[in-house]
Amino acid sequence: MLLTLKIEGNMSLLEVKNLKVHFPSRHGIIKAVNNISFSLSSGEVLAIVGESGSGKSMTALSILRLLDGTDAQTSGQIIYDNKDLYTLKESALEKIRGNKIAMVFQEPMTSLNPVFSIGNQISESLIIHEGKKGAKEKAVNMLKLAGIADAEIVYDKYPHQLSGGMRQRAMIAMALSCTPTILIADEPTTALDTTIQAQILELIRKLQRQFNTALILITHDLGIVAETADNIIILYCGEIVEKISTQDLFYKDTLKHPYTQALLDSSEEMIPIQGNIPSPLEISEGCLFAPRCSFAKENCFLEKPELKACAPNHYRACFYPCGGAPCPKS
Amino acid sequence: MPKILELKNISKTFPIPKKLFQKKELIVHAVNNVNIDIHEGEVLALVGESGSGKSTLGHCILKLTEPSEGTIIYKGQDITHYTTKDMIPLRQQIQVIFQDPYSSLNPRMNISSIIGEALLEHKITKSQEEYQNTIFRIAELCGIPLEHLDRFPHQFSGGQRQRIGIARALVLKPSLVICDEAVSALDVSIKAQIIQLLMKLQKDLKLSYLFISHDMNVVKHIADRVAVMYLGNIVEVASKEQLFSNPAHPYTKALIDSAPSIKKREKIPYLQGEIPSNIHLPEGCSFASRCPKAKKKCTLERPIFDSYSHSACFYPNNTINGENHVSH
Repeated sequence: MLLTLKIEGNMSLLEVKNLKVHFPSRHGIIKAVNNISFSLSSGEVLAIVGESGSGKSMTALSILRLLDGTDAQTSGQIIYDNKDLYTLKESALEKIRGNKIAMVFQEPMTSLNPVFSIGNQISESLIIHEGKKGAKEKAVNMLKLAGIADAEIVYDKYPHQLSGGMRQRAMIAMALSCTPTILIADEPTTALDTTIQAQILELIRKLQRQFNTALILITHDLGIVAETADNIIILYCGEIVEKISTQDLFYKDTLKHPYTQALLDSSEEMIPIQGNIPSPLEISEGCLFAPRCSFAKENCFLEKPELKACAPNHYRACFYPCGGAPCPKS
Repeated sequence: MPKILELKNISKTFPIPKKLFQKKELIVHAVNNVNIDIHEGEVLALVGESGSGKSTLGHCILKLTEPSEGTIIYKGQDITHYTTKDMIPLRQQIQVIFQDPYSSLNPRMNISSIIGEALLEHKITKSQEEYQNTIFRIAELCGIPLEHLDRFPHQFSGGQRQRIGIARALVLKPSLVICDEAVSALDVSIKAQIIQLLMKLQKDLKLSYLFISHDMNVVKHIADRVAVMYLGNIVEVASKEQLFSNPAHPYTKALIDSAPSIKKREKIPYLQGEIPSNIHLPEGCSFASRCPKAKKKCTLERPIFDSYSHSACFYPNNTINGENHVSH
């Protein structure tokens, strides 16, 4: 208990301020991520939830400036260790990537290099950040921690020789090899079977606690969130509609954003949300969810609700939140 | 209710081409000795992990691959040895909805001709007017706006593409539809829409579905009966209610437990290990290597499917004392 209090009292580890990722296109600017801010404290598990096209992955990639060199126009501040990652030189950033902030990607097949052995790829970041000495032992040790029994043998294998679950274990071993303070996991289990998914999630949780790593978990599956996260950010069309703790979202009668409520209903009860996600080029003036919302009134279409604190640790961007008392169904 | 489809002892093996100096040919056992019936107007869900042979079984029914052994009986007629030509009239009655709405629609055809192609192929409509009206009707039924019919697949989102795939499958008025992971590629909110649509169409048109899926949350909503597959074998078949409230086979229980849920619950021990290779099948129960309840007998002897516990297990969960009545 004391420990958790201490952690909560800590300064935030990572601070994202007014992050924007825009893509110019022939038909206008596509606002993939529009003005989002959040902070992450050490040891916290923060889930970023949204449907495809909501900007989850763009947020993840832009934290480590992995969108540099693409068409994306990024702006905002990413403050880590009193430094703004957006003003750092590439060489300084390389000291943070993989070392302090690491990433696990969705597709373990395409994100591992097929022509290098697993061991080679895990040692790579160890050699770069910590030197050649002891890199192999440490890599083998990480593979063992990641639940691979015959780690010495797997060390010399190539990605195509492993199953999807094993590859994802290797990816996790790679990401955690330099004991980063932040791990960004972008849909780490989407490509896996549910029984393997349960194993991988348990592994991530275990190692995250063991190393006191803060975790940003990007997913579209609320079930995973309920079982893993401390706090949740709900994204819709590149904007945060709600920031809420797991307890408040799933187990209390809290007033929620109608989109959050609709996501809950559709994932467990298969109650569909009407309509489709709007095209990123047809972003309206008012609330982005208004055309699909059953609580929307006239002003929702004209005015954009701001993200406001409505309780400690709970922020919401909505004029007419629902839930609390039984939510009237559309 | 009468049976629309009976599968008897269906097996499918794929030989792996011999390499130089290799003495013995290796064989992948994709489907082993499957017995299953689908009744008219029923939704039978087929669940299991990837590599368990769900899709191969679906392809065998459609005769997209020839089963190596066994008999397929559709509405009383044995279609196992039907040639491609013999199958043509049956293709109207057995249709399929594929998983990936991005790769299963021809990018060069507009929506109207994608849906209408089968009508022309089977010479169902007599006139241009009838052809148009049939397409309009099915599009309306599947929630595709009529003004979109001139568009091309790339102009649609995943959910809308899946509606097109459904319309294409249903335009011939089939009686059996094989939905091969039909909603797996879709987002949560869209997934619910498509599931509701499939359920409504099933009821209105009195269709039978073989619903292949790995998502227990979806199966819980759409299915009447559920068959669980593991390593090419059917390990349990039961009504949805029974399967979810009282799963017999330990694998079924593990599958239900591992599906992430937003309902608060105790931490459940998750399943260890991975699905074994289907080249060298284990001698005993295929699930024994991962089963928390496995005893010595399980590794030596293969359990046969037992109708009392609805499962292929020596120690099913749903019998008293955990003992199978056959083994007494």
